[in-house]
Amino acid sequence: MRREIPLIITGVVGFTYIIQFFIPHWPFNIMEHMLTDWMLIIFAFAIWLGVLNLMKVSLDRISKRTKDWPYALVTILGFLFIVIAGFFFSGGRRFLDPGTPFDYIYQFIYTPLSATMFAMLAFYVASASYRAFRARTKEATLLLLAAFFVMLGRVPVGDAMTSFLPESVRLSKFADWIMNYPQTAGQRAIMIGIALGIVSTSLRLILGIERSHLGSD
Amino acid sequence: MEFGFTFSNTLAAILTIGIISFLWRDNPLYKLCEALFVGVSAGYWFVSLYYQNLLPQLFDKLGLTLIITPHADVKEGALQVLFKQGRFDERILYIFAGILGIMMLMRLFPNLGWVSRWPLAFIVGTTSGLYFTTYFQSNAMAQLKSTIIPLNSINNIVIVVGTVCGLIYFYFSKEHKGVLGGAAKVGTWFLMVTFGASFGYTVMSRMSLLIGRIDFIFSTWLGLVK
Repeated sequence: MRREIPLIITGVVGFTYIIQFFIPHWPFNIMEHMLTDWMLIIFAFAIWLGVLNLMKVSLDRISKRTKDWPYALVTILGFLFIVIAGFFFSGGRRFLDPGTPFDYIYQFIYTPLSATMFAMLAFYVASASYRAFRARTKEATLLLLAAFFVMLGRVPVGDAMTSFLPESVRLSKFADWIMNYPQTAGQRAIMIGIALGIVSTSLRLILGIERSHLGSD
Repeated sequence: MEFGFTFSNTLAAILTIGIISFLWRDNPLYKLCEALFVGVSAGYWFVSLYYQNLLPQLFDKLGLTLIITPHADVKEGALQVLFKQGRFDERILYIFAGILGIMMLMRLFPNLGWVSRWPLAFIVGTTSGLYFTTYFQSNAMAQLKSTIIPLNSINNIVIVVGTVCGLIYFYFSKEHKGVLGGAAKVGTWFLMVTFGASFGYTVMSRMSLLIGRIDFIFSTWLGLVK
């Protein structure tokens, strides 16, 4: 019961989508439309689950006074701050309109934090590339050269360095060529490989051969 | 965005500097900003998903919105149609999505955690069914179609050779020796160029984000750069 019903749900829903692709008519088109809406609703609950679990873990840390527990308090206060602003002071469905408290928090707290957090990755990748890009082998040299030309080709100094050459062979054009041809070829091989992997894994899940997502008991 | 030393800009600048301070070392200001980021992100998605997803897709369609707030400016839901007009509306079936969603939340209670397998199975089923067709169509068939091109230019040859050799590299059913080994080797070179180019592209996008934050501090906030 605990495993059989989930397996049936996965199989029925998965096959409905596949059948709908080949027979996009009643009742499969209606079913596909409805199942997609259901999926979005359950996705939303899944993310709510993650958020509520974060609150639960943070409250645990505070109650047990574990190391750095005051930061867990900051997490909860930050959460409550934006949730209260969003639900009670931002005009309901128009919560994203400019000028609402929710928009204010988004503009002056969320955006600076998230943009800086992602910008920090520039330093991390610079540090990682220092270690990875040492031209020890032929393959590593190719990696290094491709990254070097693409990075240099994307900034004005790249074209300035090659200004003595005809426009069609300047560094920005060479970077474009790398992106459009060798990069596309490699990317295509990866995409086809991933697609075949997804197709086979999906089929295993729908047929109930793959059951690891249901847990062990 | 307004320029200058306003409260809002100062708040945003302190948070920006707090995150950047991690480059010096792990410190209380960074930890505070990190914890705040986690909490605010969680809250942002909590509210956004409610208004953009659950409210229109679930509560409005079922008619719960009109039950809770009778003067709300929304169409009648399935419950109103059922009880006022005595007619069955297929949107009533969305109640199953709501039930599955609540079953998902049962994961918060260890004793009832197994109940969340049903909605999880639903998500796995829909994702598998959806990806089975869409990935096969857009990523496998469409890419293969784009690769079957005349070999009448260097660029086309690069595309075809790169894709075929790259695929051979991923073919593990036969040992990479002889012609197959040679082709796999060429495939590795193409993959390396791809990874290098993607890496360069990622670095540049991160750099532009960093430049944006530095520009905010020195131009928008401090007004040092005009």
